[in-house]
Amino acid sequence: MTNHDHIIVVKDLYKHFDEIKAVDGVSLNIEKGKVVVVIGPSGSGKSTLLRCINHLEEPTSGEVWIDGEKLTNTAKQINEIRAEIGMVFQLFNLFPHLSVLDNVTLAQKVIRGRSQDEAKQVAMEKLTRVGIPEKADAYPSNLSGGQQQRVAIARALAMDPKIMLFDEPTSALDPEMIKEVLDVMLDLAQEGMTMVCVSHEMGFVRSAADEVVFMDFGKIVEHTTPEGLFNNPQYDRTKLFLSQILEH
Amino acid sequence: MSDLHQTIEPFTTTGDLKRRNLRDLPWWFFAIILIAIYAFFIISTNENYNSAFNFIKIGLLITVKTTLIAYSFAIIFGLLAGLGRISKNVFINNLSRLYVELIRGIPILVLIFFLAYVGVPVLIDSLNGIGFWLIEQNMAFLGKLFTAVTNQDISMISRAIISLSVTYGAYLAEIFRAGIQSIAKGQMEAARSLGMSYGQSMRYVILPQAVRNVLPALGNDFVAMVKDSSLVSVLAVRDITQVARLYAGSTFRFREAYIILAVLYLTMTVILSLLVQLLERRLKIHD
Repeated sequence: MTNHDHIIVVKDLYKHFDEIKAVDGVSLNIEKGKVVVVIGPSGSGKSTLLRCINHLEEPTSGEVWIDGEKLTNTAKQINEIRAEIGMVFQLFNLFPHLSVLDNVTLAQKVIRGRSQDEAKQVAMEKLTRVGIPEKADAYPSNLSGGQQQRVAIARALAMDPKIMLFDEPTSALDPEMIKEVLDVMLDLAQEGMTMVCVSHEMGFVRSAADEVVFMDFGKIVEHTTPEGLFNNPQYDRTKLFLSQILEH
Repeated sequence: MSDLHQTIEPFTTTGDLKRRNLRDLPWWFFAIILIAIYAFFIISTNENYNSAFNFIKIGLLITVKTTLIAYSFAIIFGLLAGLGRISKNVFINNLSRLYVELIRGIPILVLIFFLAYVGVPVLIDSLNGIGFWLIEQNMAFLGKLFTAVTNQDISMISRAIISLSVTYGAYLAEIFRAGIQSIAKGQMEAARSLGMSYGQSMRYVILPQAVRNVLPALGNDFVAMVKDSSLVSVLAVRDITQVARLYAGSTFRFREAYIILAVLYLTMTVILSLLVQLLERRLKIHD
């Protein structure tokens, strides 16, 4: 059995796409309420690792445990566990045919069985939290990238998830919109949400992360604290990476 | 650069503009309207055309009914086969592919003969066969269910509708498949990440977008089906084509019969095509 303090347990995880070893033997334990940021060069397997946590990618081998429950490959169980794990994507992936409000209420009604009124109330609460309740009736195509991403966060939060996964949430945003999304994430982190973020926002790492995982070639090279990462990186590969992204 | 254009334009375009406007008008459409007006003028003034028209228009109800019912079923078959084509289940996937490839590899006229005279009878005979066997096995209730419908009960118009819908289902399947595949992968992932099943994601997220994208294509195939419905005349179903043939055969007024027949199809398809274009334009505005 796994330690119950760990809400996410990843054990000997492998994900191979034909010849490419995207995730090549990763084990990772994440405690409840911690904010873990995964960094690493592109193609290092960070996103794939994240997507394996909620089985958007089915691992080639290895185990993922969420809140003491092992993910099997049965559709029903995975659907149930996914409802407890919010995910935010690089390209927002809002549903363009639905209004902002309907984007946030859809899964609540379908999965949680909430009534329209109840779902709407939760949706407005979450939209207020991300700072755009006035956009409830707008359609995604009329929103800026930053606003779309905040709606996407509200959509995930409306399911009352135990864990939030962020897959490069600010990489597709114009620079002046990054802050509004990071502010929401920071707010979430401070409220004790368990978060796993693939991100290269070093400001966010510094101010919100409890742990930093550095990945390269599908493996975890370094698992440390933000202080450890910035002040005392252990490996040459980490040092090189940091020097490259911090130069600007 | 743009300033330059603005200063030069007044000198060159006054004449050009008029000419271009004239050139951009849908002359072909005016020609069709003219043909229709001329045809209906003749129908109302010429006695021979008038009697031919009055005879042939009786078939309109059958043409419209056949097309509407067959198209409704074709949408159901097409949607199921389209979903089957993208299914990860090897059996369902191959079954759908087989259906689509079989149908699309055979001319529609041949399919209508085949389905009406071979497909339907063989299916009914097999069901009846199962029924008689069940009755022998002392399962009379189930057996009677399978023997309730015999080949005589299935009229030619029903066979025509079955043939058209099975045929068009295969064509619509490819439209639905393309429509579903045109939706970005992230949409399915976002829906699944919220805990929705594959079916729920399809129903609430993918299909509403896909169907909207393929509405113009579905409309075009509806127009095509209006035209192809003329093929059911080979089953002696009294649609406008069959009625026109009957009229021409009994009166020897071939010219009147087939001119009116052609104008009737043209009127229907032009009006429907305009509606499809209108729909397309409206969908674009909302994008």
